[in-house]
Amino acid sequence: MNPVNYLYLSALLFTIGASGVLIRRNAIVLFMCVELMLNASNLALVTFSRMHGNLDGQIIAFFTMVVAAAEVVVGLAIIVSIFRTRHTASVDDSNLMKL
Amino acid sequence: MNSLIPLLVAVPLAGAALLLLGGRALDRFGHWLGTLAAAGSFGIGLVLFAEMLGRPTDQRPVREFLYSWIPVNGFQADVAFQLDQLSMTFVLLITGVGTLIHVYSTGYMAHDERRRRFFGYLNLFLAAMLLLVLADNYLLLYVGWEGVGLASYLLIGFWQHKPSAATAAKKAFIVNRVGDLGLSIAIMLMFVEFGSFAFGPVFGAADDASEGKLTAIGLMLLLAACGKSAQVPLQSWLGDAMEGPTPVSALIHAATMVTAGVYLITRSSAIFDLAPDAQTAVVAVGTVTLLFGAIVGCAKDDIKKALAGSTMSQIGYMVLAAGLGPIGYVFAIMHLVTHGFFKAGLFLGAGSVMHGMNDEVNMRHYGGLRKYMPVTFATFGLGYLAIIGFPGLSGFFSKDKIIEAAFSKGGTEGWILGLCALVGAAVTAFYMTRVMMMTFFGEKRWQPDPETGEEPHPHESPKVMTLPMVVLAVGSVFAGALFTYGDAFLKWLEPVTGFEEGHPPIPAAAVTVLTTVCMLAGVGLAYTMYGRTRVPVTPPVGSALTRAARRDLLQDDFNHAVLVRPGSALAATLVWFDSRGLDGFVNGLAATIGGVSGRLRRVQTGFVRTYALSMFGGTLVLVATTLLMRSV
Repeated sequence: MNPVNYLYLSALLFTIGASGVLIRRNAIVLFMCVELMLNASNLALVTFSRMHGNLDGQIIAFFTMVVAAAEVVVGLAIIVSIFRTRHTASVDDSNLMKL
Repeated sequence: MNSLIPLLVAVPLAGAALLLLGGRALDRFGHWLGTLAAAGSFGIGLVLFAEMLGRPTDQRPVREFLYSWIPVNGFQADVAFQLDQLSMTFVLLITGVGTLIHVYSTGYMAHDERRRRFFGYLNLFLAAMLLLVLADNYLLLYVGWEGVGLASYLLIGFWQHKPSAATAAKKAFIVNRVGDLGLSIAIMLMFVEFGSFAFGPVFGAADDASEGKLTAIGLMLLLAACGKSAQVPLQSWLGDAMEGPTPVSALIHAATMVTAGVYLITRSSAIFDLAPDAQTAVVAVGTVTLLFGAIVGCAKDDIKKALAGSTMSQIGYMVLAAGLGPIGYVFAIMHLVTHGFFKAGLFLGAGSVMHGMNDEVNMRHYGGLRKYMPVTFATFGLGYLAIIGFPGLSGFFSKDKIIEAAFSKGGTEGWILGLCALVGAAVTAFYMTRVMMMTFFGEKRWQPDPETGEEPHPHESPKVMTLPMVVLAVGSVFAGALFTYGDAFLKWLEPVTGFEEGHPPIPAAAVTVLTTVCMLAGVGLAYTMYGRTRVPVTPPVGSALTRAARRDLLQDDFNHAVLVRPGSALAATLVWFDSRGLDGFVNGLAATIGGVSGRLRRVQTGFVRTYALSMFGGTLVLVATTLLMRSV
């Protein structure tokens, strides 16, 4: 199968994730969309690795997974603590940082 | 090594520290503590004097190095004292008269609740003044010079609740600052020229210096002397300084501090002797001031201000004598000492009169007081005879010598100076007789107190006040004769100041006769004007000169028009430029940045999604740019 098709799929997934981040308000959904974008880029990296016939892309994909895992840990903890104090998971309610 | 010299300064300094820092616990006996410190210093002075007399003439001056103050490479400032015959004379005058005035003040200030502080300031003054005359370099002298200025400021404004006293203190301080600037410039010039400001090296190197440099130094020293000694053109503060308590006027503004300028000029004789132009300036200042002060003294109705004019005039005599060079130095100092006695006595007498008259100072409200205050009358009278130069009393000897020296200057200059000094002697006799007549003779012109309506009940002052007056009166009578007996004072001071016999164009005896005739003429005129005729309670309008003299010959108006107005205008312009120009620019810049920031702030909505969108947008722009650059 033509590897370029994987790139099309990757771009599609990335676009879905990005529009989810921009449109949705629920922090959990937002998070899942971010994961979608990260995995879309992983898919692209692995595909490039395949196309170029070396392992660089796969190694970077592993890095991305580690970073994503760490991000999930920190991010979920923040979301949970915000939910506990403010009883909401909507990102629009957390707007105290503006003047 | 004589360890007593630093103690001279240390004892009153310790007294001042104790009194000013000791708190209310010392209120009950603080005044006696202060007096004790002054008397202790006088005792040490007497011991040192006896020791000095015991040594042969060439070994009399002693120098004592205490410690190195600012030891920088090429700049050596030491705390070192020099006690020679000139310093010794001053030490005895300062501590002696100082002790008497401390004793007097215990009575005069008895009812003042801030008495302890007053004695602390007096002790501070003694310490600073002793430092001034004992220093062996100009920098240490400057410390004392500023110290007496500070003490003078604090004491003039001692009754600071009176706005007039507070203003007078500020005025004295600011006018003195002009003179102090002269002294500091003189010290800097000396350091540049000679590489030192200690007396020894400077006077030793003066021979090799150019006359121009020496003249500059001399003129700066003269400016300093003008400020401290209230000489024209920096004389305006002395009259207002009479706002201070009377013992202060007697000690600081008559007997000691105001003579510091004469000390400075005499001490710097090595510089002035080589700078004839500076000497001429000194003589001119002295002559103008002796007439200026005398004229002012004639018109004042305030007894203390009349005496202040007289002080100015008498110091004018001293400065004149000091400017004459070696023929005059000794007589300047001799007049300084005798003046210290009789003028301090006169001021204490004036204080005693005020004490008995509900603090009234207007002589037109006195009259006929001799019956009520016999001791004050007698001591004031003796001081009066001394100052006008009545034959046999101390003023006669010292003033006569100065007039003789003025004539000896030679040429037209000598005649002018001599005649001015003679006129001054006549005017002195006139205004002092006027004070005497208006205060102690004639009919009673007593007025009730304007606030309480209380009639004055003049009475003699307590013993503690009259005793110092008696001692000073004895000094006024005998000091002159004692000093001139066998030329004792001359032989004493000659090794320090040098001496040249003056040769007046007319015989010395003729000068004496002329002086006495002038004096008698002044007394006679004043007697007909104020003794024989009634003295009106409200002052008559008087001639233009009288009116000007009442306003201190328009010195304040002059200063106001020439210095204060342009100064204020300049300051106002600068303030306008500062607030409109500089502040306007800076404020405008800040306002612009603030406005722009206010607009930009709106961008920060606080919504996470907005920030995410901006990140996406930014990334898009970056990617698009990169691609575009590649394709180009």
